[in-house]
Amino acid sequence: MTSSKKSSERIPGNETDSPDMQPPDWANGLKQLYDSVVEEPLPDAFKDLLDKLDDTGASSGSARADHGDNAP
Amino acid sequence: MADDGPPKRSASEKAAFKRELTEVVPHLRAFARGLCGRPDMADDLVQEALLKAWAAQDRFEPGTSMRAWTFVILRNAYLTDMRRNRFRGEYDEGVAERILTAPAGQEEPIHLSDMHRALLTLPPERREALLLVGAGGFSYEEAAQICGCAVGTIKSRVGRARAALNSMLAEGNIPQRSIEDDTAHRAILEELDDVAAGKGVAAKG
Repeated sequence: MTSSKKSSERIPGNETDSPDMQPPDWANGLKQLYDSVVEEPLPDAFKDLLDKLDDTGASSGSARADHGDNAP
Repeated sequence: MADDGPPKRSASEKAAFKRELTEVVPHLRAFARGLCGRPDMADDLVQEALLKAWAAQDRFEPGTSMRAWTFVILRNAYLTDMRRNRFRGEYDEGVAERILTAPAGQEEPIHLSDMHRALLTLPPERREALLLVGAGGFSYEEAAQICGCAVGTIKSRVGRARAALNSMLAEGNIPQRSIEDDTAHRAILEELDDVAAGKGVAAKG
């Protein structure tokens, strides 16, 4: 009976396409870099902007729809 | 893009849109920071993207990923601004000396600043691919949709980006200011034109 060893075998440095393949040292750092910004308190400028959104544009329908030329 | 003109949104749909938009702002800031380095510029970019997203909200399909949708808008705004030469990939020393986990058996720890600087030296399309997959946690498929390119292209960009970061970080060989160098900057802009040309629009699901 052959064991199921194969699936858990990892060859260090083996290049693969899989998203699981994370280069060890810095990959976590990349995530930290991103998360460190995500976790920053939101600057007031954004709160102000979000508060103001309701007063602008789309409230009157399509008035500004043609403004979003960069939108998908 | 609109079939019979976008459907009008009800007040509750608008409220839901706004709530979701608010929730993704921290992610937009993180993505923008990775793209353009300087926090102030990154935030300007996010504000621009938020206004565009708000104006285009009728085109958002409720139930789909707000994060992916707004990343496309942010990315397009970034590409436009890059071509107008607003960003030069400047690195902000302010984030500097945060130490990331020191790799075992390595004398020098990797600093967050090293990571960020190394990231900023990557060609933009590789940088964004790596940011989306390696930091933002998007799948290759989602990243491909955001960038409007094939899944295989994203895989190859991520692979090259990782290889480049690997060699830069492992060997401590991070170019200091290469992105402020005119030649390098021009090369980046040329690549950007390629990225933007015909590929600036997200693939529709």
